[in-house]
Amino acid sequence: MNPNNSNGTPAANGKYILQADKLNVHYGNFHAVRDVSINFERNKITALIGPSGCGKSTVLRSLNRMNDLVDTARIDGHVRFYGKNLYDPDVDAAEVRRRIGMVFQKPNPFPKSIYDNIAWGVRVNGVRSNMDDIVEQALRGAALWDEVKDKLKQSGLSLSGGQQQRLCIARAIAIRPDIILMDEPASALDPIATLRIEELMTELVKDYTIVIVTHNMQQAARVSDYTAFFSVTPDRTGYLEEFGQTNQIFTSPQSQITEDYITGRFG
Amino acid sequence: MNTATLRRKAIFVQSIFFATAAVLILTSIALVLFIGSQGLRLFTTYSPADFFFGTSWNQSTHTYGVIPLLYGSLMTTFLTLLVSVPLAILVAIFMVEVAPAPMRRVMRSTVELFAALPSVIFGLLALTIIVPWVRETFNAPLGKGILPATIVLIFMVQPTIVTITEDAVRTSASSLREACHAVGATRWQMLSGVIIPASRQGILTAVILGLGRAVGETMAVQMVIGNITVRIPKTLTEGATTMPATIVTQLPEAADPQTRSALIMVGFLLLIIAFALILSVRTVTGRSSKKPKAVKAEAPEPVSPDPRDPLRELEREMEAS
Repeated sequence: MNPNNSNGTPAANGKYILQADKLNVHYGNFHAVRDVSINFERNKITALIGPSGCGKSTVLRSLNRMNDLVDTARIDGHVRFYGKNLYDPDVDAAEVRRRIGMVFQKPNPFPKSIYDNIAWGVRVNGVRSNMDDIVEQALRGAALWDEVKDKLKQSGLSLSGGQQQRLCIARAIAIRPDIILMDEPASALDPIATLRIEELMTELVKDYTIVIVTHNMQQAARVSDYTAFFSVTPDRTGYLEEFGQTNQIFTSPQSQITEDYITGRFG
Repeated sequence: MNTATLRRKAIFVQSIFFATAAVLILTSIALVLFIGSQGLRLFTTYSPADFFFGTSWNQSTHTYGVIPLLYGSLMTTFLTLLVSVPLAILVAIFMVEVAPAPMRRVMRSTVELFAALPSVIFGLLALTIIVPWVRETFNAPLGKGILPATIVLIFMVQPTIVTITEDAVRTSASSLREACHAVGATRWQMLSGVIIPASRQGILTAVILGLGRAVGETMAVQMVIGNITVRIPKTLTEGATTMPATIVTQLPEAADPQTRSALIMVGFLLLIIAFALILSVRTVTGRSSKKPKAVKAEAPEPVSPDPRDPLRELEREMEAS
């Protein structure tokens, strides 16, 4: 794999590294996401918010073809990464996920040592040399190195929940993706561990583009540059109600529904 | 209801649970002691060396060498597991990762049906299908022996091993599949590198239970193994025997007390072997299971030593009280 993110890839479409265009997702007969178009800016944090069932996680999972793993999912529309549609038949889903990493709601380290949690992901991508350096870099990048450097051989599952989540972030950045998708990465953590993850995100965004799904409105307001608000009505699910700079969404939302949601009137 | 009554009730319920557990444990101990004492009586009239190292078992000459029985038991068990375990792992992976949902359902119910079949039915099927096949294919006069016994045992232990292995693989796959795909792993890399190692515990449990069934299975084996106790078989297709098969075949016609104790002694030995096998597999698994399993409770992570930190304050209060 090319360690340099920008080499050997098609030119980005302006400042947008990732563009969802008229994205529609069905799970069987259920229309979970409809006509969603968002542009994700490079080296920015974009937060996807909205009430439960609004399709924000589905959108996130469509961005690196994680929905391929769901038998009943059908995706229409385009997701362009550096201008290339990820759903073109010549695109390898594993390669997509290599370039667009993911961190999940529940920390899910492999039942392996801390070292191997990172090394395994790197190895399956064909890299075998300088493993010690790669592991150290990744752990430093995830602000975990100082806490685990003396116990790299211990199981990743022996860490606390917050440390496990940072280990998962280290695992994601070790394979040098361009984008990191985070699906409610702090929802299973206590406030202090959450704060650390948020601090880490503001560090990571210098090198990566981050898209985060969160239920926590304050978190979206604190960390993100852009916010996309998804909504759901009894007859319409998974549509994008409003998208804009986080500032603007939280201080002067254009839509009444957005305002009602962020001020806590529903959701 | 006042607290005193509640407490009396609790004590009453507790003692019922305790009594039940005690009865269960005492019964098991009594069972072992009874069989042991009955069996060991053999050695008042027969040399232990001749029993443990004797290579022939013959009621009519009062020869009770256990080696042919032991050999048959261990050989059938070993060969059965040699085939069953890898096969079961493949089937389990197929069911979890490859088979479409309807096929998975059909496979699961088939496997469960197999588990519920009485062993005499397996024996009948083996007698009418496997034994003639062995007779013709290997040119064996009887067609009975360790090979047909192993084949029928493979069918018999397969449901147990498959069900438990499938469970283990499915559980670990559901939590780790996404993590594997997220780092760009292929399906094969995921299975060999993460899912199977993570399912090791469950797979070994499956092996233990399969082992128990293989070593203890009596009826179906007795029907197809030939029940030749007087010598150690040289091939897999000549008449042989196992410990349980010998007991069930010979006990009804054991006229004298010595033969009876010899057979009970075989039962005792079988019990010890079963325990030993299970213990040894447990020791092997135990080593890998020492790792903490579940996510530990979230320990507060040191962020800043800010004395006004509300969580710290709370902690201090709790420590003080």
